[in-house]
Amino acid sequence: MDGTIKYNEKVVRQFALATVVWGVVGMAVGVLIAAQLIWPALNFDVPWLSYGRLRPLHTNAVIFAFGGSALFATAYWVVQRTCQTPLFAPRLASFTFWGWQTVIVLAAITLPLGITQSKEYAELEWPIAVLIAVVWVSYGIVFFGTIVKRKVRHIYVANWFYGAFIITVAVLHIVNNLVIPVSLTKSYPIYAGAVDAMVQWWYGHNAVGFFLTAGFLGMMYYFVPKQANRPIYSYRLSIVHFWALISIYMWAGPHHLHYTALPEWAQSLGMVFSLILLAPSWGGMINGIMTLSGAWHKLRTDPILKFLIVSLSFYGMATFEGPMMSIKTVNALSHYTDWTIGHVHAGALGWVAFITFGALYALFPKLYGRETMYSVKAIELHFWIATIGVVLYIAAMWIAGVMQGLMWRAVNDDGTLTYTFIESLVATYPYYMVRLLGGVLFMAGMLLMAWNVWMTTRPQRETVPTTIAAQEG
Amino acid sequence: MSAFWSWWISLIALANILACVWLIRWTARKRPGEAAEHETTGHEWDGLQELNRPMPRWWLWLFYISIVFGLIYLLLYPGLGSFKGLLGWSQYSAWEEEVADMEARTAPLFREFAEMSIPDLAADDAAMQTGRRLFGNNCAVCHGADGGGRIGFPNIANNTWQWGGSPEEIHKSILEGRQGFMPAFGGNLDEDELEEVAAYVFQLSGRDAPDDLASRGAERFANQCAACHGADGQGNPAFGAPKLTDDNWTYGGGMDAIMTSIRDGRQGRMPAQKDLLGEDRVHVLTAYVYSLSMDEREDEAEDDVEEADDAEDAAASIETDSVPGAERREG
Repeated sequence: MDGTIKYNEKVVRQFALATVVWGVVGMAVGVLIAAQLIWPALNFDVPWLSYGRLRPLHTNAVIFAFGGSALFATAYWVVQRTCQTPLFAPRLASFTFWGWQTVIVLAAITLPLGITQSKEYAELEWPIAVLIAVVWVSYGIVFFGTIVKRKVRHIYVANWFYGAFIITVAVLHIVNNLVIPVSLTKSYPIYAGAVDAMVQWWYGHNAVGFFLTAGFLGMMYYFVPKQANRPIYSYRLSIVHFWALISIYMWAGPHHLHYTALPEWAQSLGMVFSLILLAPSWGGMINGIMTLSGAWHKLRTDPILKFLIVSLSFYGMATFEGPMMSIKTVNALSHYTDWTIGHVHAGALGWVAFITFGALYALFPKLYGRETMYSVKAIELHFWIATIGVVLYIAAMWIAGVMQGLMWRAVNDDGTLTYTFIESLVATYPYYMVRLLGGVLFMAGMLLMAWNVWMTTRPQRETVPTTIAAQEG
Repeated sequence: MSAFWSWWISLIALANILACVWLIRWTARKRPGEAAEHETTGHEWDGLQELNRPMPRWWLWLFYISIVFGLIYLLLYPGLGSFKGLLGWSQYSAWEEEVADMEARTAPLFREFAEMSIPDLAADDAAMQTGRRLFGNNCAVCHGADGGGRIGFPNIANNTWQWGGSPEEIHKSILEGRQGFMPAFGGNLDEDELEEVAAYVFQLSGRDAPDDLASRGAERFANQCAACHGADGQGNPAFGAPKLTDDNWTYGGGMDAIMTSIRDGRQGRMPAQKDLLGEDRVHVLTAYVYSLSMDEREDEAEDDVEEADDAEDAAASIETDSVPGAERREG
């Protein structure tokens, strides 16, 4: 139906390939720092390889480089297809690719050098933050420009989510990066004390809510019905869960600052809104999984659909766990433990990475004029390796986290703490080993995907008929 | 918070929650002419369609229950601006109650310990178990789990003491804290001169350093360092000036570390535990720290008896060692 429209696929291809490259890099750094927690000598006494510097490199690489590139790629693909029009301002779109890659490279240089704002997920110093803002506003112009010149009357639900994600991330990023520079590599926030902490976690939690949730829900709303070849389960549900999700998420940040100097009213609002967030979050899961009604049998044979549907299961699990952890009583146990790390990775590996894998496996053949990926069996294998990896990872961190929380609060009759911190660390080692194993498996799956993508995208051999390239997928 | 901001935040928070209720009801409404349930809405994008299915009932219940729970919570707990909540709960009063409760339960035990002398307490197993846990959670992060110290943090498991090793002095160190201060000599001495003094200090602990360097350093030491560290480098616990003649180095005993200490100075701060732990717990901790060096104390006590006769000779030999420096100073 869209055979006559010449869509801009070059920038989609670029971002899709970047996603795979940064996925390998970011996960490799993750595996290294997971190993450093067991064998600290793996920093080789080199400052640039120390845990404190590589950890932000890992988070930036997987969230903004891997996740970000995937969001750019799919948003550009989806908005063109569902608006039946090529991208607005294609040169600006090209700029967003090179600009975003520059940001990533600068991050990979400055973070190991120890140049940081010391704000979690907002570490990059002001010159890079300015570049991010410019790229992001350009992204918004390309995206909304394409929406404006759309050839269909209604705006598809995936685009609501992509749109909300783009607007909100711009606001979050700019407000949290209002700083006074003192040199090219150092700046200080304009906020102080508890206000600074609140702004940071308003940003930090909405980075989860909009970057890692709303954006990827946009991806979900296109690729799940497309791959299942079924209509979306409920239009009404998508309306309610969209507006509820984006309005409620805005309040949830203070749950990162329970039992701190943050005023209690803010803590309570953070907890209450996090709990109310459960239903709007699950709305997306229901709409995704139930879209498969009448097509469940496809799960048996289609590994791409497996990735997409299992990602929604992890999404449902993590968005149940999150509100529970925001309850002050639960938070008193879970906060500062590895449970938080487990929770984040249930979302990051199980939801974000899985939906990305599914979407990219669906996208690459279309981008390169193939019928399928080079090896469908490899997708199946990737799915199982990655699933086992995630399960090992989060189960280990759950057990470790609850154990740490219980050890830290155990008190003797004489009022002294039963365990020292170091004893809780020693008790955690076995779980760090299991987590490392889970991470290695996940990383192995990522490498398998890179190989599969390489084989799919390299110039075609004669064995495959070239006419496929002309067909629209 | 002023009344304005209190109303402001309360109203927009409640408005957001109630807007969700309105949103559900508005969206669920049937409209004339709309597609039948389980049919598509008639829109299509790139082959994608949507069904006009009602929202799942169980999901709506989940949504409503969480909203009702949230509203009740905001009525009971501090959440809406300056409103303190009907229960009067706050994290501060909750914390104070818990601490007071724990104090009431444990104070008698620590009172009992406080009656005992430090050496007696150090021999009491139950007290030392308590002491070990207090140490592990309050002191080990700097001094190490075994009290062995690390760079910048003194070893307190041996019987060499910067501020004195008697029960009274240890107690004072923990209770009131200590502020160590080694002034920086980088302004007075150039690098060559620094190296000379460092070589002399290096030699003081019985190690080899180039004699010409060390002998020149000895003179400077007598002028600049002896006031605190003593003419023979024996140190002075009254200022917290460490002894330099043993192999116990808080900031490292290599040439580079010694030079850095002299050039840049050192500032060591042991934080006071009085307000944090209180006198009775510090008493138990004192006994625990005292017990860490118990073996060494006993050995040294025996040695003292055996070597009482040699003591004079030893003192004399140290004096002789310092003679060359003294001579040169005069010359």
